[in-house]
Amino acid sequence: MNEIQNHEALDSKFANRRNFLRWSGGTLAAAAFLQSCSYKDDPMPKGAQANHHPEYPTIDLGDDDTGILNYAYALEQLEAAFYQTVVLYPRFRQVFTDQYEYRMLFNIRDHEVNHRNFFKAALGSAAIPDLMVDFSSIDFNDRNEVLAVAKTFEDLGVAAYNGAAELIASPEYLMLAGKIVSVEARHAAFIRERIQLNTFSKSAERTVGLDPALMPAQVLQAVHDTGFVKANFDYSGLPTA
Amino acid sequence: MNLFSIFEALEKEDPEIYERFDTRRKAMSEFGRLGKKVALAALPLAMGSMFTKAYGKTMSTSVTDVLNYALALEHLEHAFYRAVLAAGESGGLSFPDVNARGAIREIADHEFAHASLLAGALGKNFYNSKPKMDLTGGGGSGNGPFKRALTDYDFMLQAAQTFEDTGVRAYKGQVTNLMGNNEVLRTAVKIHSVEARHASKIRDMRFKRAQAMGQFPEDRIEPWITRSYTGVEGPDYLLFDANYDGEANTNQGGVNVGMNLGTSEASATEAYDEPLSMAQVLKILGTPGAGAGTANAKFFY
Repeated sequence: MNEIQNHEALDSKFANRRNFLRWSGGTLAAAAFLQSCSYKDDPMPKGAQANHHPEYPTIDLGDDDTGILNYAYALEQLEAAFYQTVVLYPRFRQVFTDQYEYRMLFNIRDHEVNHRNFFKAALGSAAIPDLMVDFSSIDFNDRNEVLAVAKTFEDLGVAAYNGAAELIASPEYLMLAGKIVSVEARHAAFIRERIQLNTFSKSAERTVGLDPALMPAQVLQAVHDTGFVKANFDYSGLPTA
Repeated sequence: MNLFSIFEALEKEDPEIYERFDTRRKAMSEFGRLGKKVALAALPLAMGSMFTKAYGKTMSTSVTDVLNYALALEHLEHAFYRAVLAAGESGGLSFPDVNARGAIREIADHEFAHASLLAGALGKNFYNSKPKMDLTGGGGSGNGPFKRALTDYDFMLQAAQTFEDTGVRAYKGQVTNLMGNNEVLRTAVKIHSVEARHASKIRDMRFKRAQAMGQFPEDRIEPWITRSYTGVEGPDYLLFDANYDGEANTNQGGVNVGMNLGTSEASATEAYDEPLSMAQVLKILGTPGAGAGTANAKFFY
């Protein structure tokens, strides 16, 4: 589901979007933000369901390595759908007038579509269904906003793969995650440079040089908070250590 | 234990090391508590013992091998960027603007942090003395083909791009050897993605440079690796060719990602970075301890 033409939906989503952008554009440590903005009046249910919306379907990611692959598949579905919406937006060429940016956003779309379709093929019958997404809170006419959302997706993706590495049991899947995460990091640096020069690795502290790593519970909470996915995730089958 | 000598060597390479000691404490917080009143000069040693406590008892030989190998790579990268920055200061190399120099400085700082971290992590398991390095790639002659990196800005960027892409591939080639040691694996993957950010930025700098100068390869320089293309035109590509071996792979876990997944084959090769084995990397960069004049003496000898 894609509601980019539905401008009436923008207002109701605006608060959510601002919250999201504050995260994406503000401080560098996603984890720190996650800690700082846990909702006191809207607590996460204990247990393993990022389940705030009874009206949405609950998707069981599955167990162990299958669960991790479905988790990655969910993130790639979201990224692919986002960039697909970006490049198919009717005024895309007017919004992104720089030819280099324009071409590279198509490149990134293709990479994410490939990742998504790869996970679908690798998972076969164990794959989760197609996710329903809703990007109506994003103003695709606003270059800065599109880039801010892209930066958040890419940095979050890098942190998610980094955190998942130690949860993966199969060497083959760990290698696949490694092959993908560095491309996500290339995307992240490229997008960051479009927003502000020399911020390519400001995700890492200057004197430490390490990117963040986030665990599935943190990542799925961040995904939930964007309001972009119309689904709840049951990640109780994923390894936690 | 050679920890002191490694830090002495780093000090020689990096005169600002004492300025960093204060902020170094931030690095510690990644790995746990450290008393605030530790004397500044003792910090590297304190860090080493902290790591030895964390890893020393259970560190397998293979993890030690990987860390020593990674340390050698970080040394090389750091030494390269220090030399580049020094050439910029002495006037031998001219940066187009302060932002370009700033980017190189930031990358150099990260490589220094990585080298310090790895040396500390190794603690008493640190068994290589600092490898002999020839930044010209001449295996000790000081007159190898990479000498130009200190006088030719565009060639420097080509070399930097290749160091970063190779670093990404080298770390990737070791992740499965670190399975079961979660602390080390987590640190390695956090370094790995930072190296990929560096690679993307250097490629971005190369694109801007080509665009400004109206050079041919503008539309062939992208932040990601297409097929096994070096991004270098002319005979110089031979210097970088082996670094990209295997990058055109389209078989991922038994899935042919180059066909039937809705994207072009070129784009499918960009979407996955491929690993390099330790043997491949040492063949490209030279083997520490091989000795000057031997067949594969290059950056390391």
